[in-house]
Amino acid sequence: MSAVVDTHGHDHHDPHGGYGGILRWITTTNHKDIGTLYLWFSFIMFMVGGVMALVIRAELFSPGLQVVNPDFFNQMTTMHGLIMVFGAIMPAFVGFANWQIPMMIGAPDMAFARLNNWSFWLLPFAASLLVLSFFTPGGAPGVGWTLYAPLTVQMGVGMDLTIFAVHLLGMSSILGSINIITTILNLRAPGMTLMRMPLFCWTWLITAYLLVAAMPVLAGAVTMTLTDRHFGTSFFNAAGGGDPVLYQHVFWFFGHPEVYIIALPAFGVVSQVIPAFSRKPLFGYASMVYATSAIAILSFIVWAHHMYTVGMPVTGQLFFMYATTLIAVPTGVKVFNWVATMWKGSLTFETPMLFACGFLFLFTLGGFTGLVLSLVPIDIQLHDTYYVVAHFHYVMVAGALFSAFAGIYFWLPKWTGKMYDETLGKWHFWLTMIFFNMTFFVQHFLGLAGMPRRIPDYPLQFETWNKISSIGAFGFGLSQLLLLYVVLKCIRSGAPAPQKPWEGADSLEWTHLPTPVPYHTFETPPVLK
Amino acid sequence: MNLRKENRRLSLRLAVVALGMFGFGYALVPFYNQICAALGINSLVERSELPSNTQVDVTRTITIELDSNTVQGLPWRFRPLVSHVEVHPGALTTVEYEIVNVRGAPVTGQAVPSYGPQFAGEYFKKVECFCFTHQTLAAGETRRLPVTFVVDPRLPRGVNTIALSYTFFEVPGRGGRS
Repeated sequence: MSAVVDTHGHDHHDPHGGYGGILRWITTTNHKDIGTLYLWFSFIMFMVGGVMALVIRAELFSPGLQVVNPDFFNQMTTMHGLIMVFGAIMPAFVGFANWQIPMMIGAPDMAFARLNNWSFWLLPFAASLLVLSFFTPGGAPGVGWTLYAPLTVQMGVGMDLTIFAVHLLGMSSILGSINIITTILNLRAPGMTLMRMPLFCWTWLITAYLLVAAMPVLAGAVTMTLTDRHFGTSFFNAAGGGDPVLYQHVFWFFGHPEVYIIALPAFGVVSQVIPAFSRKPLFGYASMVYATSAIAILSFIVWAHHMYTVGMPVTGQLFFMYATTLIAVPTGVKVFNWVATMWKGSLTFETPMLFACGFLFLFTLGGFTGLVLSLVPIDIQLHDTYYVVAHFHYVMVAGALFSAFAGIYFWLPKWTGKMYDETLGKWHFWLTMIFFNMTFFVQHFLGLAGMPRRIPDYPLQFETWNKISSIGAFGFGLSQLLLLYVVLKCIRSGAPAPQKPWEGADSLEWTHLPTPVPYHTFETPPVLK
Repeated sequence: MNLRKENRRLSLRLAVVALGMFGFGYALVPFYNQICAALGINSLVERSELPSNTQVDVTRTITIELDSNTVQGLPWRFRPLVSHVEVHPGALTTVEYEIVNVRGAPVTGQAVPSYGPQFAGEYFKKVECFCFTHQTLAAGETRRLPVTFVVDPRLPRGVNTIALSYTFFEVPGRGGRS
């Protein structure tokens, strides 16, 4: 991507604000540069978190303890979760937002360009803190990505580094969100009314509100943990009159909206890709907007479905169960609309569409297992088993990650001006699809049979499925190197892409901007009919 | 420029919302306590009531077997001074454990009790226990730690022996500070 932006630089006088080399990237305030930074950062974190996942799967290849000790295993599951959620998936979608939102609404850049730069550059420091925690006495926290008290109160220095990392990540997200909301509400081109915006912008607008409302609650929860550890407070310390269950309530008040913070931008990307390859406008645009808002609002009143087993009154369980199943309604509206968009469309299946279809199929499957888990009597049986692990990987990987892949293949020609290798892209899709299911589908069986999560050892009867899952995981991990190769090959030697490589694509970046997009776009707002 | 002013105003509002939500996180604490108190569902912070009948039941004798473990890697020698005691239900009894820190540096540990049979834990009321707090031992230090307990006379008739087992875990990264 950088190569292309550089070649384009020759057309303009002084296009990057005067700096070259690394300083250009450190000082850049251009939304496209920052989008690129976000995407590369998230890819690196995806690799780091992926290696941790492979350590977990290597240990679980056979029963007994072979590869790592249980303590390190716990650190791996914790860090894998934190890095994938906060380091890989979230920054990837912020990267898409940076690249696409200004172009889609006809704005010259983000509203606060320097703040944008800062939002990104907080991330490498946060990631370094997380990685540094491995080298402290006691190692990285091995408490699970949810950072539950009272373990977090007892952990070593690594926990403090993690808390600060979460603070930085939260600050970055909040600043980024304020920027996105301001951009969408104030910088739209004349005639670009809210209800004419591409759905991707809508999902991000709502996501940004979720972030502003939910991230500070997480910051509060980890700050309470920090003061419990060092400043003598007892929010979660039972010995001092606190309550560990309180942590779970505060955490999941953030944690459930977080699920939709990850999922909604993914919905947005898919809502751009499916109409483009169906050569039809999105079916039920307005209902999509309302469904997205409904999901966002409901996400704040369902948090305790993550903690049915902590001992809450039946009335509470019933309330959270009904509220949770209610979310299936707007989600169902979305899935219906995507399928209806494809209905009688002139479909073609290039790589972005393949990933979008993979998303549609697997995310719906993950949604159904979510519905199963929302039911109290079943959840009590399945709580903290591999069934839960399978469920959230279906929505996080097959949901969010597949849609990010779809977005990468979809917009890569626009960003770089060159086409990626379609054959290799399809290979990437099919390998990812097959190995993903090999890894995670069998985990449903393990969970139903009672295998608990976060344990490095298991009884002999679970061996077969675990072996299959581990082989699938290594295949999945290696297949992602193909993505790196496809992207690099596209940047270096891809065939030139036309202005509108996808026939059915209709948002502003395809209809109003040349390919590759110039470094500065829409300095004068576009004229919309 | 007008747009600039509007951008600033909107971003300030959003920042106030973010700060408000940070405060809301803290507001959840009293809210949670109120809900728990109103519904009477939080038994964690309540003191476990003492047996209503405090008379010593001399007709029964319970054998308390004392056991001690340390997690691998914790450089402590940890043992009870006696291997078992005979007690009457309702009688206040104190036993002692001894820890020796054999590492040349201070170490912090936390003991976790368990009972055999497991349900006997309900009837085993500890008044004083070293497991209530972290224990920090200086290099080479030896310390005797008491456990004072009462066995509830409501202990089911069939139970004549209770194994009390402590496992010490090292609290890492504390550098010996408790």
